[in-house]
Amino acid sequence: MLSETSTALCFALILLVPLAGAGLALINTGLGRSRSAAHSMMTSLIVIAIAAVVYFGCGFSWQGFVGRPAHFVTIGHAGWNWIAAEPFFMRGLALDGTPASLAALLQLFSVGLAALIPLGAGADRWRLGAICASAALLAGLTYPLFAHWVWGGGWLAQLGTSYGLGRGFVDVGGSSTIQVVGGLTALSIAWILGPRLGKYSARGMPAAIPAHNIVFVIFGCVLGLVGWLGLNSAGALLFAGAGVERVVLIAVNTILAAASGGLTAAIVTRLRFGKPDASLTVNGWMGGLVASSAGCAFVKPAVAVIVGSVAGGLIIFAIEWLEFKLKVDDPGGAISVHAVGGIWGILAVGLFAQIPGENAGQLLAQIVGVAALVGFVLPMTYGLNWLLNHFHQQRVAVDGERQGMDLHELGAEAYPEFVIHSEEFIPR
Amino acid sequence: MKLAGFFLLVAGGGIVLAALALLTSSLPRTGFVLAGLAVEVLGLAIVARSHLAEPGDRV
Repeated sequence: MLSETSTALCFALILLVPLAGAGLALINTGLGRSRSAAHSMMTSLIVIAIAAVVYFGCGFSWQGFVGRPAHFVTIGHAGWNWIAAEPFFMRGLALDGTPASLAALLQLFSVGLAALIPLGAGADRWRLGAICASAALLAGLTYPLFAHWVWGGGWLAQLGTSYGLGRGFVDVGGSSTIQVVGGLTALSIAWILGPRLGKYSARGMPAAIPAHNIVFVIFGCVLGLVGWLGLNSAGALLFAGAGVERVVLIAVNTILAAASGGLTAAIVTRLRFGKPDASLTVNGWMGGLVASSAGCAFVKPAVAVIVGSVAGGLIIFAIEWLEFKLKVDDPGGAISVHAVGGIWGILAVGLFAQIPGENAGQLLAQIVGVAALVGFVLPMTYGLNWLLNHFHQQRVAVDGERQGMDLHELGAEAYPEFVIHSEEFIPR
Repeated sequence: MKLAGFFLLVAGGGIVLAALALLTSSLPRTGFVLAGLAVEVLGLAIVARSHLAEPGDRV
């Protein structure tokens, strides 16, 4: 049970989380093409709305909260808590400021954040209807199932008590539940959709398709920082048993991880390309934020700098590797930032965190969490989106992609004043 | 090819779960968890390669 102060602080921190979604929407839009900008912002808004409604309808009933009803399977001597058993539409939940109700509020926002991540990978070619259906699948099935394992008292959280692995799988602010789940869905979407028109030559060489508005992108990463401060702090209070006194440490660690991630990316791109690359620097910044989430309450500030720096460097190489070697077209860098950065953050908890109580076996618990993500969440999210693609084509037609998603799907462009009308050329 | 890759992903996850449920000693358990993770990495490589080979890429 939280004290009155903790409850009030937690509520205020949760209200910052939508800014992370706004930041991500701006980043995805800015990194895409100008002819799909309105479509990108519109789909971001709709995805947040669908995720919240679907999570309210059935997501929370699968996710639940620690100490609330759940289904168990007994294997050997241990009971495996694999899914919650709450009624639909949050009917069994009193929205009265208890930790469970605050967690449900936080999840209404964070499920939207997870659903926004694949938009970065599917930019400029993913149809609105398919985006809505895919977001509903993520918010109704994939996200709540894994979030229950970690935050709902599920089997990953119980690895400490059941099998003596440290404190069990630890993820304070959602490196795994939000970021890696979203990042693996982004990978599935990028595979299913294929690359954008003109991205690869006939010989497989990638073409650079530059961001259309880098100002959006940089403003988005500043908004993201504010949202992440709320996400990490509220997550620590609700899911990691941290007290109010830890909030300052969490904020310092979050800022330091983002700053060191961005600086590392700027330095690496300066050294490799002669000039710092703005979009990769933003990806490094976001990667630092993503990696900071898992252990922000249990590491020292110097460690947060290391975690952020490694994330910033790792993401640059992951983006290149995906684009050049695996031919995955990910305009927003969503897979590298959220999946790769998130996995690094999860492992960093096992390597560096000093969690009160037993720490032996913590790294193994974190590795088991990564194995669950890659072994179960990726096949599940890919399978669901593959099935969806068979019933409802996810990729826009070639003509639509050439025309741009704004005109093709919305009938209006984001920047209509830049369109040259034929009457302007009528001789006077 | 793609299906085999996804089968390996799930199989690797199964090895990790089995290691937790069936083994009590620390060393064999760690070894089998890492082996399960290695199977997953192999599966991921196969899935990535199968998408690389698909002729659906639009130029």
